[in-house]
Amino acid sequence: MNLMIKLTINGEPRDIVLDDPRVTLLDLLRERLHLTGTKKGCDRGQCGACTILVDGKRINSCLALAISHDGADILTIEGVATGDHLHPVQDAFIAHDGLQCGFCTPGQIMSAIGLIAEGQAGSDPERIREAMSGNLCRCGAYAGITEAVLEAQKHLTTTKTERAA
Amino acid sequence: MKAFDYARPKSVAEAIAAASENGSAYLAAGTNLLDLMKGGIATPSRLVDVRHLQGLDRIEERPDGSLRIGAMVGNADLAHDADFARAYPAVAEALLSGASAQLRNAATIGGNLMQRTRCGYFYDTAGRCNKRAPGSGCDAKGGDNRLHAILGFSDACIATHPSDFCVPLVAFEAVAEIEGRSGRREIAVEKLHRLPGTAPERDTELEPGDLIVSIHLPAAARSFSAHSRYLKVRERTSYAFAVVSAAAGLIIDGGMIKQARLALGGVAAKPWRAREAEALLSDVRAEPAAFRRAADAALADAKPSGDNAFKIVLAKRIIVRALTLAAAGTPERAPALPASPFSSPAGVLHV
Repeated sequence: MNLMIKLTINGEPRDIVLDDPRVTLLDLLRERLHLTGTKKGCDRGQCGACTILVDGKRINSCLALAISHDGADILTIEGVATGDHLHPVQDAFIAHDGLQCGFCTPGQIMSAIGLIAEGQAGSDPERIREAMSGNLCRCGAYAGITEAVLEAQKHLTTTKTERAA
Repeated sequence: MKAFDYARPKSVAEAIAAASENGSAYLAAGTNLLDLMKGGIATPSRLVDVRHLQGLDRIEERPDGSLRIGAMVGNADLAHDADFARAYPAVAEALLSGASAQLRNAATIGGNLMQRTRCGYFYDTAGRCNKRAPGSGCDAKGGDNRLHAILGFSDACIATHPSDFCVPLVAFEAVAEIEGRSGRREIAVEKLHRLPGTAPERDTELEPGDLIVSIHLPAAARSFSAHSRYLKVRERTSYAFAVVSAAAGLIIDGGMIKQARLALGGVAAKPWRAREAEALLSDVRAEPAAFRRAADAALADAKPSGDNAFKIVLAKRIIVRALTLAAAGTPERAPALPASPFSSPAGVLHV
């Protein structure tokens, strides 16, 4: 049985035919739409490498059935830069060496974008670390990741204030 | 993952009809169910998706002052609801101490009540587990059982319930509203989960087709809001299930405890209300000696189910610490590390 769903992926509305209800958002993105920036680490909700934003909120795409997300607005790592201009969180990860091998990085960046939008952590590094605990980094780049999130948050908040002024 | 049919009912009545059929399971966010299905532990032939049902995602204050929380409200949405967090701070702290930010964004509070044990042998389909395969035996007994039950376990099963959220729910006498084939009923969350006995495969009192539609927190629970904490020892500081946890609430007047609420997590197949301990904390001074007496009473019937005698001592210490923190007062803002013993305010004794 074919199941039809509509998704907006990185701003583009898509009609998607699923041949099996078992397809997760992660497998849909990677295997069917060839958006391979979103990584499959554990595939069981433990590592955070598959983090994407669904309707503005960060979730683990490996534990989300695509069929259950009909109508959702999805943002992946492929959709965060504007042309050649990296997203401020991407810039900050480079500036602070927030990565080594890079496998967890798309998930880290999507999680950080979600965290900043949630607005719960403020500038407290302890709160940033706690709010990023769903993203594991086997290379141990945590110190750089925390600094990158803090700087990106500062940048995004300042930009927002300037726009409002 | 075994193949399944997918149904998206348009009403609660349709959902109940679909889920009453053999082999059906409700799907909310799926953060636990999909994990179990990927591991071959849960093998439903049909998923009944209730995430889109109208009217189950609201938080409403009722005329009697109680709060009705729709079962499809997200864990993070509830924890960050300012009015909710002010009225029921220990419940909010428990929610924020569970899982990761991603999982809290997806997971629903109704689903939280239905999550299954994290016993490693329940997850290992190559091993014996009476909860997963009734009558097959229990490999946890004599296996790696440091984290298993110290209260209410049986020969058949020594697993624990993994929820943080349910612990303060039980302490503050929350009620689950259920819709089923025979209509609507209410059941105290304390009575929802079952001890294993000879039927560990049955986690709850729910019947086929039963759907949790909301959770009610009574108005009386707000009286504890000035002195409420959730405290949870984990094997790492964040993103881990409880080894032992405690929800504590006090009503204090002039240094005297008028009333206490106490429940434990990680110690049994259900969140464990410690009524004997509560009784000892009525009309006594809020001081360490009273907290220690309460802790001893709460664990009076505890026994190791394996290599976990340490959990009895740990649970007593967590109770004393949770009561000490509750007596000191609910913090203005949720701590940076919710429920963590590593973020105590200065001056709190290490017990």
